[in-house]
Amino acid sequence: MSFKEVIQKYDPEQVIAEIEAMTAADVQRALAAEQLDNRDFMALLSPAAEDFLEEMAQKAHAITLRRFGRTILLYAPIYLSNECHNSCVYCGFSVNNPIPRRTLNLDEVERDARILHDQGFRHVLLLTGEAPGKVGNDFIAAAAKRIRPLFSSISIEVYPMETEGYKEMVAAGVDGLTIYQETYDPDLYKQLHPSGRKRDYNFRLETPERAGAAGLRRIGIGFLLGLGNFRSEAFFAGLHGRYMMHNYWRTLLSVSFPRLRPAEGGFQPPSPVSDRQFVQLMCAMRLLLNDAGLVLSTRESAELRDNLLPLGITQMSAGSCTAPGGYGEEDSATEQFAIDDDRTPAEIADLLRARGYDPVWKDWDGAFLNRDAAEKKVARRG
Amino acid sequence: MDELIIAGRSFNSRLMVGTGKFASNEAMVAAMEGSGSEIVTVALRRVDVENPQDSLLSHIDPKRYLLLPNTSGARDAEEAIRLARIARAAGCEPWIKLEVTPDPYYLLPDPIETLKAAEVLVKEGFIVLPYINADPVLAKHLQEVGTATVMPLGAPIGTNKGLRTRDNIAIIIEQATVPVVVDAGLGAPSHAAEAMEMGADAVLVNTALAVARDPGAMGAAFKKGVEAGREAYLAGLGKQQDKAEASSPLTGFLRS
Repeated sequence: MSFKEVIQKYDPEQVIAEIEAMTAADVQRALAAEQLDNRDFMALLSPAAEDFLEEMAQKAHAITLRRFGRTILLYAPIYLSNECHNSCVYCGFSVNNPIPRRTLNLDEVERDARILHDQGFRHVLLLTGEAPGKVGNDFIAAAAKRIRPLFSSISIEVYPMETEGYKEMVAAGVDGLTIYQETYDPDLYKQLHPSGRKRDYNFRLETPERAGAAGLRRIGIGFLLGLGNFRSEAFFAGLHGRYMMHNYWRTLLSVSFPRLRPAEGGFQPPSPVSDRQFVQLMCAMRLLLNDAGLVLSTRESAELRDNLLPLGITQMSAGSCTAPGGYGEEDSATEQFAIDDDRTPAEIADLLRARGYDPVWKDWDGAFLNRDAAEKKVARRG
Repeated sequence: MDELIIAGRSFNSRLMVGTGKFASNEAMVAAMEGSGSEIVTVALRRVDVENPQDSLLSHIDPKRYLLLPNTSGARDAEEAIRLARIARAAGCEPWIKLEVTPDPYYLLPDPIETLKAAEVLVKEGFIVLPYINADPVLAKHLQEVGTATVMPLGAPIGTNKGLRTRDNIAIIIEQATVPVVVDAGLGAPSHAAEAMEMGADAVLVNTALAVARDPGAMGAAFKKGVEAGREAYLAGLGKQQDKAEASSPLTGFLRS
């Protein structure tokens, strides 16, 4: 059964009603459970759980410590292009925004990659918009191949592909995929994505499954906070995470729920989420998915990021630039969104150490995927 | 002298430590020193000899510790074999802690792929220490292909739950022709002592040290646990017995 069929069994309105009806006793039961069931998860996402934030945080911290230790994996994004034919109303790259458009050539990609490599990064995330014809699978694969010698792990966050496309990515040395559903509410999804290929809710929803079938080793799912009701969105993301862990059990799952930031176009999030609610959501997700990676983006403020660290975060970006060519040029194209934590990677690493965390730059090896890369390394060291 | 001998090499310490999950390299070194360990395992996927920011290896003194590279993250035999070969080509000794864990969540070892990889690596001259579930039949297969130890788990990695697989570990120990190292799940010195009292030859600990408030002191505590357990084993533990109090003796008729 695909996740599409799973989620169709739920009525979003009904889910919200059930979550809001949860009581303190339900929350206490959930806190006592070693493995959460759906009802327990709903309880932790409920308004009733707001009185138990500290207990949730303590438990989330203990679980994360046991499973991941005192380490945080650092990665950096490389924006390959801001060309996009979609019109997502919250995104700076929307086709409707009159911004300069740019796609890097492979030399420019390599230049950004070398800057990040010299800063210490060994995990990178390649990003594009969705502009078929201009930025396609072959270009992304070529970019991955070009920078592969510099990194131990390459992930992509681009438009959804068919299974064949993901196989092409794996062959090019890509090991991870990030694909957010943005919102799990199909009606809201239609309103927010009025045109372009992204309009197809179901094709996007089944993307992680196609990527899993193609053999991608790390898959990140998530949604944008601020669009729909955060409680039901989180519930469906948790359901999705659990589905992926059960059905693609060889693939490491991570979950992210970036809060929307101001972007080109002046979009105001319809359902803003407070810091307290953000913390509640993060702890609930950790308690449901003990072994999933939880990603924190530079969209959050430096101060909040520091305080969120012990609650379950396992990886974060550092020194991010969200415009193509942004690492090597003073005056590059428009950003996808404004970042709120502009500390350098070295500053972030120092901060992690000061907070009792070991910044991890490499937690993967290209040799897992690719014989050629492995043999090249041997030759270089021998 | 009660030495641990693996593949002809002798060690005074029966406590091996892992290097993952520590808050800093300093905390890791403190745990290693406190534990008195002589064998330290490092995940190859974490090693980056070219990155000055990433100095994990430079904190481990090769004169003092046997660096035991491990293949954690490998999903099948082929990947594990590839990593092992890279380690040897990079100048590591041919010792390898074989970990094949296709499921990235519970990190339970794959018996089929582990056996396949062990067979190949032993033939290539590696000294193979395989991480396995506490499966006595698999342990026998591995010994037949020539592994230097078997390393059954006490409980899933990182759970700190202790010897949940106790009965099967007892069978593995009873049948063993190579050292048995209990790996994973040991959360307290008492767990380590219990494994040693049962006759395990050594234990490996990581998470319990890495997440302790004071990793150095916890290393020292585990050292004592391992030593106490070993000494008790050598001294001959009194057997626990369920005292039989039969109301109708079955052999009473012999008296007549």
